[in-house]
Amino acid sequence: MPITVRSFDRLSDATSVLSSDRAARFIAGGTLVMRDLHEGDVSVSTLVRSMDRTFAEISTTGGRIEIGAGATMAKVLANRDLAFLHPVARHVGGPAIRQMATVGGNLFAPSPYGDFATALLALDATVSLASGFSPREVPLAEFLSHRDRPGNGVVSKVSFPRPPHDAFRFRKASRVRPKGASVIAIAAVLPQSGGRISGARVAYGAMAQTPIRVPAVERALEGKTLDPSGISTAVAVAAEGLSPPTDPIATSWYRSEVAPVHLRRLLLGETG
Amino acid sequence: MPKTPVQFRINGTDKAVFADGGQSLLDVIRREVGDTAPKYGCGQGTCGACMVLIDGEPHLSCILLAEMADGRSIETASNLDQGGQIHPLQDAFMTHFAAQCGFCTPGMLMAAKALLDKVPNPTREQVIDAISDNLCRCTGYEPIINAILDAAQNPSRRSA
Ligand SMILES: Cc1cc2nc3c(=O)[nH]c(=O)nc-3n(C[C@H](O)[C@H](O)[C@H](O)COP(=O)(O)OP(=O)(O)OC[C@H]3O[C@@H](n4cnc5c(N)ncnc54)[C@H](O)[C@@H]3O)c2cc1C
Repeated sequence: MPITVRSFDRLSDATSVLSSDRAARFIAGGTLVMRDLHEGDVSVSTLVRSMDRTFAEISTTGGRIEIGAGATMAKVLANRDLAFLHPVARHVGGPAIRQMATVGGNLFAPSPYGDFATALLALDATVSLASGFSPREVPLAEFLSHRDRPGNGVVSKVSFPRPPHDAFRFRKASRVRPKGASVIAIAAVLPQSGGRISGARVAYGAMAQTPIRVPAVERALEGKTLDPSGISTAVAVAAEGLSPPTDPIATSWYRSEVAPVHLRRLLLGETG
Repeated sequence: MPKTPVQFRINGTDKAVFADGGQSLLDVIRREVGDTAPKYGCGQGTCGACMVLIDGEPHLSCILLAEMADGRSIETASNLDQGGQIHPLQDAFMTHFAAQCGFCTPGMLMAAKALLDKVPNPTREQVIDAISDNLCRCTGYEPIINAILDAAQNPSRRSA
């Protein structure tokens, strides 16, 4: 099918086209959209691009961090104020993918992709949507639950509170190094008060169709210390109630088996 | 089919082409520009045979919408030799038998060039990361890694 590419200076104009044309698809870095086109996706007749300057801007001033949806992983890596997120961005593909892959696109990446979205979920991010006349802000967890619904509009940015110093952790297990899709990705914000965890947020990637929070683990960490005995209950419930997907990277069973191993390593700060 | 005008600089020469809607940069480089150094491998961004540098940074041209290269400067492996002399990386690849079938080589060379332009003395880990977008099914990677490290250590190497 012939494809028309339409580029817009304003996100609101891009949104209007997307809402009026069901065969229109937004393209950011294009690492997933172009793949679909090569595979013969005939549902797309129009590609919609944003040339809006603010679309890729990053703001780190103040307590709240804002990352434009069009910012690439390379742009995140180039920002020294986002050093705590560098291990996450560095785990998305290789150097060329990181030049192209955007933060906004990562929110839509099907499992086992979505490593950056997993981190954002742990960071309690909010998604800003430029939909029609009324921009909306939606918690990321809610957004992920209906991300494929038509008419969502264009994600303009994500924002989240800067995590307490040293509280953010990320770990990704893949079968190929240094680059590979996730067997499991784990992100956690582990605030401590008097040496004990208070209000942990833990998220998994590749353990469901979208990145998910892990409330059983979060509850088990409350008031605990980050040592082998303090984390033992959390590790025991690491995969409780989950039915991870089976895909070419790993089976559901394997993911459930290795989840406690990687959660323990993340919580104890172990490498390897 | 709707076409879009796209202008860019490729290997130092300005080009203006009409891209078909949804056409990849790789397709434009090979068909419209006539530079067949970047290869069509997987069409999925997985093998790296299509790798080019855009404004000095590695990109997978098979999954890059041609319009996204508008106004930018592209380098392909065709541009590596200068004034009849092959590039130190090409020389090192020959010395170390880092190419067998050769299909991945243009992409490998560009990935390596992107690294050495920024990090003249990379560690082995940095080299491995730099070529992690690129697949080679012949060499087992070791000769490629050694060639890149050698080119870094001997930047003046040239074949006559
Ligand atoms: C070889 C390879 C390796 C990869 N490795 C990884 C990896 O290790 N980890 C990982 O997480 N991902 C990986 N990916 C997947 C992908 O590159 C990333 O998830 C990337 O962040 C997607 O962003 P994009 O800008 O390229 O998305 P696009 O392809 O532009 O878009 C993807 C989807 O999101 C929608 N979309 C994009 N931006 C917006 C927006 N702002 N508003 C509304 N809708 C939007 C598009 O319409 C489309 O449906 C890999 C991909 C490839 C090809």
